[in-house]
Parts: sequence; structure tokens; C-alpha cells
Amino acid sequence: MAEIKKLVLGRREAADLDEEQELPTELMTVNMGPSHPAMHGTVRIVLTVDGERVVESDVQPGYLHRCFEKESEHATYTQIFPYTDRLNYISPMINNVGYAMAVEKLLGVADRVPLRAQYIRVIVSEISRITDHLTCVGASAMELGAFTPFLYFLKFREWLFELLEELSGARLTYSYVRIGGVAHDLTPDFHERLTDLLARGEEVLVEVEAMLNNNRIFRDRMEGVGPFSAEDAIAFGMTGPCLRACGVDYDIRKDYPYLVYDRLEFDVPVGTTGDCFDRYLVRIEEIKQSMRMLRQALRDIPAGPIILDDPRVALPPKKETYNTIEAMIRHFKHIVDGIRVAPGEAYSFVEGGNGELGFFVVSDGTGRPWKCYCRSPSFINTQTVSRTISGHLISDIVPIFGMINMIGGECDK
Amino acid sequence: MARRVLDALTARFGDAIQSTSSDYGDEVAVVRRDKLVEVARFLRDDPAMAFNLPCYCTCIDYLGLEVLTVRPTSPLAVPSVPARPVDDRPRFAMVYELRSLVHKHRIRIKVPLDENDLVVPSLSELWPAFNWLEREVYDMYGVAFEGHPDLRRIYMYEEFIGHPLRKDYPKERRQPLVRREWTDE
Amino acid sequence: MGLEITTTRLEDAANWGRKFSLFTYPFVTACCGMEFMSVAAPKYDIARFGAEFPRFSPRQSDLLMVVGTITERQGPVLKRVYDQMAEPKWVIAFGVCASTGGFYQNYSAMPGADQVIPVDVYIPGCPPRPEQVLDALMLLMKKVQEGRGHSQVRHKREQLVREGG
Repeated sequence: MAEIKKLVLGRREAADLDEEQELPTELMTVNMGPSHPAMHGTVRIVLTVDGERVVESDVQPGYLHRCFEKESEHATYTQIFPYTDRLNYISPMINNVGYAMAVEKLLGVADRVPLRAQYIRVIVSEISRITDHLTCVGASAMELGAFTPFLYFLKFREWLFELLEELSGARLTYSYVRIGGVAHDLTPDFHERLTDLLARGEEVLVEVEAMLNNNRIFRDRMEGVGPFSAEDAIAFGMTGPCLRACGVDYDIRKDYPYLVYDRLEFDVPVGTTGDCFDRYLVRIEEIKQSMRMLRQALRDIPAGPIILDDPRVALPPKKETYNTIEAMIRHFKHIVDGIRVAPGEAYSFVEGGNGELGFFVVSDGTGRPWKCYCRSPSFINTQTVSRTISGHLISDIVPIFGMINMIGGECDK
Repeated sequence: MARRVLDALTARFGDAIQSTSSDYGDEVAVVRRDKLVEVARFLRDDPAMAFNLPCYCTCIDYLGLEVLTVRPTSPLAVPSVPARPVDDRPRFAMVYELRSLVHKHRIRIKVPLDENDLVVPSLSELWPAFNWLEREVYDMYGVAFEGHPDLRRIYMYEEFIGHPLRKDYPKERRQPLVRREWTDE
Repeated sequence: MGLEITTTRLEDAANWGRKFSLFTYPFVTACCGMEFMSVAAPKYDIARFGAEFPRFSPRQSDLLMVVGTITERQGPVLKRVYDQMAEPKWVIAFGVCASTGGFYQNYSAMPGADQVIPVDVYIPGCPPRPEQVLDALMLLMKKVQEGRGHSQVRHKREQLVREGG
């Protein structure tokens, strides 16, 4: 009876069982290839396993390298916005905003962006953050076998996509932000629709939390799996929900407030052990805090212009373009030559869905950047996977990798 | 805000710090390559500095950079004085950025590198994050890192020849691994 | 195409069965994967067309959906996955990156998945709307019914060569 109990319960007992038997075993190399349902996007992990236990691993990203930097050296500043959309493609607005802020820093107009545009940027960033966390948690839950939360979250995400589609014209890759502001104003019924959507979204969250938070299977597979200490996380450059789950209270929106985040009240959830369950809880709590911020922003948003009224930066209004020759020439020069940015280098960072998303822009005075480097949080967080999974079972790789939220477009740029 | 970091660096390392600047709110120190590891260790271990979070590292290729020195006053003005290209400057510059969660400041370190001597000591023992970041720079620019535990390509495949982000690598030069044989259908 | 396709009643019936029970292998790489998830989600249900169950093994599937950008590094992997599938098999290039490379014309992104494998239906869009995907699925179903997919034609040609020569 005692032997059967050992075999059935828990992983600690299984480890004892391995050592007791003293069978001669060889290490085996297994490939979790680039096309794998649990590798979000494409990443290859070459595992060296001892039975089911991972001894060492080699994570190989780069199967989606789409040359963001090289393309951005050949495109004007405004033409880079679609490329930034496709970096972290489940929270595209945040990438747009981050890149726009970097170029505005170089132009020296960062504090002159109109207040309404700043509020709109915050609103769409938080909506994108919600879609990011919904997709991450939903996909991770699906990989552990919980298909229903995935479909519920996808339903919620679909509502958000519809709302942003009315705003910007696209469902996923918006290219909505411009240097100096945003491209279009909010639609007339945006406030009511978003408020209604937030109410419905809260019901969805309540349902999913009821399904997952105290679920025996979910907790067994996530709790205690992949703990990470705070010092290691900081030395590995980890940021975002994964770092906060390790217990470090670092959120760029609080520590280096940008746009109008200093006027909004919100809390930053911080975990304790850094295991997968903590990361899940941090993400769910961040969704709730984002909804809180959205309500405040909708209440406080002022009326006003949505793009900077500076001929160096913004396209002229359409009425003038069609009627005056000066405005038409200005429009033409903006499109063909791009916004001329004075030579210099600047680095600007925002809180992305996965951590600190920064853009390091080097300009040479023309309308195309000399270099536009993206500090991608997924790339730096994925580096920790190799360390986290060693010693765990192969099936633990799935929740660990899911909760790191590696987005292929951001990791491989 | 991090001016005192720059002052402490210049006070301690003297002329290994070739220049400092604070444009656009970012503090930058240009450091000579042979003192890079010492400077980095000082920045990490000194309690007044405490740069514990590595931000990123990348490389800039200045080949053919002609900086327009005239700031156009309106979008209709064409710069009338094109600057001469700076040929005597070193072609590459490594850029590191570090952040301190304790004191809430950050610093950027630039290390100028000459094209014929493209070697830099690795910082991956000090901060493990630089492991993959330096591999990326090696892959894209060809900078060799001394003391890196595992220097191989990360984004491109092993059979790729060349370093794509250099300015003399054309954007559309493909090196395909596999193509299918074309049939009539 | 120069090849007359004559089908028998039995083949018609078989093709009817095949088109309404496509087992997809979603070879998801990039942003189009999000739209693929939306297509499979309740609002734009792909289950109505019988194609809802993704089989995550090429040996068990007959529709390879190449979703997202294919890079040069991924080329051999894609070819291997395609070769492992059993005939008859069809390929949908989902998104403009998989069709022609999209706006990624550079040293790493392959200009379309059809550089490596034959593609039956191309879906443009970056990312394509779910309605476009469903329309493409219906186009593919028409192709399957008429026997005009690449692997079906190849099979037919080999059959004719064997019988004729």
C-alpha cells in the first residue's frame, strides 16, 4: 500500500523513487521543435532529459526574425508604425505609443503632446494591455487542458477588438498613434461602449476566476512550478509581470510616470515566489487595475486637439491640403521625406505587456532613422526559461513557457 | 538626475572616460574598451551606484553617416550645408544601458570600436542578461566578445554568411536554405 | 492546366467527405495566429465548416495552414512538416506574409510560403479578417470537391502516367 501511495502522489515522492531504483540511464536529447502547439509562435528548445526530468536545455529563438531594425532604417518615421505593431502583436498600441514617445523625445516635443492625445494613448494602451493578458492567460490555460477559459477570454477580447476596429480601422495591427498625437479622434459613442464593455468584461473575469483560482488541477500544475528569486530575476534583466511576481515592486508607470499615469490611481500587484501561479495572479490583477484606470481616464479626458499643431511634425488638416498649395507641399514633403528629426540619440521606455519596452532611436537629421533598436522584454525574459526549467519535468515546461508570455514577434524582432 | 554618477565615474576613472553628455535627459559616458569591465563592476557593486538591472546592449554602425548640421527651420527648408562625412571616427560603438532599481537612475555607456579590431570583453559574468544580448550583437554586427560562454548566432541560422545589420549588407540579399523545384503546376 | 480531370461518382463522394472534415495543422508563427484564434473562437466559428479540430501532428492532418511569416530559417522545418503529411493534402497561405512576404522584403523573411511548398489558396490581409478566412475556406472546399488541389492533381497525373505508360 505504501508503495502505491508513493507512486500516485506528488513529485517529491517520484524523485525519491528514481534514486532508489539505481537503474543505469542515459541522457536523451529531445527536440521541442519550432512548430509546436505549446511554443507560442516559434521557438525551438533542445532538451537533454533524464527520463522525464530536464537536465539542461538550449532555447533557440530566431525563427521569426523579421528584421525590424533593418526595415526601420529604410522607412520614414511614420512608416515604422506598422512595423512596431507587429512586434508584440497582442498589445500593438503599447508598441506604437512607445515608439512615438522615443521619436518625440528626440524631437523635443514630448511635453507638448496635447492632453487629449495623451489620455487617448493611455486608454488604448490599457486596452491593449488587457488583450495581452487575456491572450496569455487564456492560451496557457488551454495548454493545461482548460479550454473553456480560453473561449471566454477570446469572447472578451473579440469585443475589445471590435471597439478598437471602430477607432482605428483594423482589428489587430492598428498603427493608430502618430508622432505628436494620434491619428483619429475617439468615435462619438466610445465612452458608452467602453463602459458597457468593462461591465461585461468584469463578469467574464469573475466566471474565469471561479473556474481557475481554486481548481485543483490548475493549482497543482502551476503552484510551485518554476519559482524564481528576485535577485536572479533582476540580474537577468527581467521586467514586467514576471518580475513583479518574484516580489520586486517595479512598474514603469509608477516609477517613471509617462503620459498621464501620474494622474491615475492604481495599484501594482506584487507576488512572492515567482512561480507560475503567482504570475497568473499578477496578470489577472493587472487586468482589473487596467479596467480601473480606464474608468478614470474616461471620466477625466478633456476635449481638445488630438495631434500636435506643429508643421514640423503633423500633417496639415485635409481641408487645407486640398485647397492651399502650401499645405499640399507640406503634406507631400511629410510623406516622401518624412519628419526631419535633429541628429541625436535617445532611449525612451514604456511599460509593455511583458515588461519594459524601450526604443533606442539614433537619428541623422533626415526623415529616416539611422538606427531604431527595440529593447524587447520577451527576448530578455525568455533567456530565463533555460534556467527555470532545469530540474522540472517535461510537462512543466508548458506552464512555465506559457506564463513567460514569449511573443515571437517581439522576441525575434 | 544621474549627473552624480557621471561625476563619480570621471573622478574615479579619469581619462578612461572619454566624454560624458546629458542630452535628452539620458546620461551617457563614453568609456575606453580596456576599462569597460572595471567600470561595469564599479557600477554594479558600489552602493552609491547599485546598477543592478541590465537594460539592453546594442551596437551602432556609423559607416557613411553624414550628419546634417543645419536644423531645418520649416519643413520647406532644404538644408543648404551638407556636412562632410566623418571618416576618422571609429566605425562601431557598443552601447550598454544599465538601470538601478535602488536609486532609480540609469546610465548609458558607449564603447567606440574600430572596424579592424572588433573585440570587446564580455559582461555576461556580471549580469547574466548580457548572454543573449551579446549573442545578438555578434550575430547582427560581428562584434566578438571575449569571455562569453557560448558565442554563436541567435537570430540567423548557422549557414548564414555575413552580419546583416551592418550598413554594407544590403537589406534584400537573401541566402535561402531551401527552395522548391518549380514545376508547371 | 492541360490535364483533363475526369472524376467518378466515388471520387465525388470521397471529395465531398474530405471537404467537410478538414483536419487543420495550424503552422502558426506570427500575428496572423491571433486572427486564427479569432476564427476558431465562437464569433466567427470555423466549426460550422467542419474544420474546427486542429490536429497538432502533420501525420494526422490534411490541411496545412501556414499562418504568419515564414523566415529562411523556418524553411526546412516547413518543408519537413509538409512532407510528413499524407496525401491528399492541401495548403492555405494565411496572410500576406505567407503569400508573398508582405512588407517584409529583407534578408530573413521568405517571400511567401510557396517558395517551399505548393499552395492551394492564398489569403491576403495583414492580418486577414476572419470573414476572409472563411471565404478562403469555402474556396478551398470548392477546389477539394472538384479535385483541383495540387496534391490531388499530382496524384491524378501519376495515376495516368502509370496507366498510360
